[in-house]
Amino acid sequence: MICRANSGHPGGSLSATDIITVLYFHKMKHNPKEANWPDRDRFVMSKGHAAPVLYAALAEASYFPKEYLKTLRQIGSSLQGHIDMLSLPGIEMSTGSLGQGLSAANGMALAGRLDKKNYRVYCLMGDGETQEGQIWEAAMTSGHYKLDNLTAIVDCNGYQIDGKVDDIKSINPLSHKFEAFKWHVIKCDGHCVKSIIEAFEAAERIKGKPTVILADTVKGRGVSFMEENPLDFHGKAPSPEEKEIALQQLCKIVFDDK
Amino acid sequence: MTNEKKLIATRDAYGKTLALLGKENPNIVVLDADLAASTKTILFKNAFPERFFDMGIAEQDMISTAAGFAACGKIAFASTFAVFGSGRTWDQIRMSCAYTRLNVKVVVTHGGITTGEDGASHQANEDIAIMRAIPNMTVVVPSDAVETEKVIRAAADFHGPMYIRLSRLATPVINDNEKYKFKLGKGIVLKEGKDVTIFACGIMVGSALEAAEKLAEENIFAEVINLHTIKPIDKKLIIESSSKTKAVVTVEEHSILGGLGGAVAEILVENNPVPMQRVGVKDTFGESGKPHELLVKYGLMPSNIISAVKSVISRKK
Repeated sequence: MICRANSGHPGGSLSATDIITVLYFHKMKHNPKEANWPDRDRFVMSKGHAAPVLYAALAEASYFPKEYLKTLRQIGSSLQGHIDMLSLPGIEMSTGSLGQGLSAANGMALAGRLDKKNYRVYCLMGDGETQEGQIWEAAMTSGHYKLDNLTAIVDCNGYQIDGKVDDIKSINPLSHKFEAFKWHVIKCDGHCVKSIIEAFEAAERIKGKPTVILADTVKGRGVSFMEENPLDFHGKAPSPEEKEIALQQLCKIVFDDK
Repeated sequence: MTNEKKLIATRDAYGKTLALLGKENPNIVVLDADLAASTKTILFKNAFPERFFDMGIAEQDMISTAAGFAACGKIAFASTFAVFGSGRTWDQIRMSCAYTRLNVKVVVTHGGITTGEDGASHQANEDIAIMRAIPNMTVVVPSDAVETEKVIRAAADFHGPMYIRLSRLATPVINDNEKYKFKLGKGIVLKEGKDVTIFACGIMVGSALEAAEKLAEENIFAEVINLHTIKPIDKKLIIESSSKTKAVVTVEEHSILGGLGGAVAEILVENNPVPMQRVGVKDTFGESGKPHELLVKYGLMPSNIISAVKSVISRKK
């Protein structure tokens, strides 16, 4: 998808792939045949540049034909470079300007509480994204309103465009920050399905406060040359040759889908 | 005359209407950023505390949270002062509300220079310009308490993002509650004339009427039009009226850059170029002072409108 578009964000998509997979194919109540089902769980992809992994999951779940994936970032395509909720079914919020998704997720969680609905709201952020001030305004809101129907996930891949998050402007320890904002914090291995599932299940059991899962991830996960060179592959497409190697490596890990 | 008219701030009309709407429509939620007593959303808060959310001093969070509510089918009214509700939150309004066409009504108070004593930091003179530049946005500036009530009701019925700009200052009620009808995007001819058209919005509509009365004493007959909706602008009416009068003055309590004057100029220059002058705050920041003193100092009095009218008439061919 990204190779064909010759632009996009492979690194941060791959670091979030296992989390998104667990959400869409194990954890969340949702119905691709009725995308606007009022009782569905909501997922907000606050790191909107990781659009490709969300598009892949939505296509796999049959929200739209997989053929669409070939049109990523092309003119006239419904697969916009960053997520646009109006162009595809199954998308809860448009994102791309970092830092806004958690606030929107809070609004959804508050609306669910007001309407006495049982749905849960999930919000995925990048670790670099937590440098945005609005994340902490929102974190304060979730904590203040005790939003236990909200689970946030931070995809802690350790990198942002200009370098390592710790070198650019360290946000660590994130756990202490969220705890100070009245959150329950869980850590998990963001590439171990069992660990991710356990974290989501533990989050659901926490009452009276929101839960954040700090998922330890690897940028470019599953593709050797991206893992080795995560900075190069934040916002750069692989070449056709690189794509072949990447797909072979990913297929070896997951399944033979070609 | 204006000084005999009842004085009500448009923000007061907002709070009262919101509380009434809350009863009529359980789908309405209201968010504020620690200014409920000033924006008057407190009237809704007192009536429907479970549907009121104080987001604290966090305007950006407020707007995106409102978008989240709207994504779940709520009609979300979000209020703060105009300067914060437009500038500080511009990206959130653009991204979370306008790009998404979500049902968020950003209703701001303390628009313009009559915010007064708080000074330049709190006087929004640029908000109309930056809000109308965003695709999918509807921008409305009501002229008095009567119009505000109708606008707020229309906002609740209209699906999509809106920016509604209100004032702190108590200003004359110029519309007749019984007869007044609001139609989004349709300007209102308040006074017919043949020599010049004065397009005004917000609290300056009353000043435009006052100026027109004085001009009539000098046998200059001004058509006064209330262009409450800045976006989508009433292009048809602008062209029709300016074709008749062949001279235009715009009046707004906002910078002359990019607001009502800018919107009208864009229509005229492409469709019916006639002599035009903008009355508004020049390209400058305001300062502390009493609202009336500021209106005088920054050139927003009926006398300034009269000078502008005479100037454009003198430029007619």
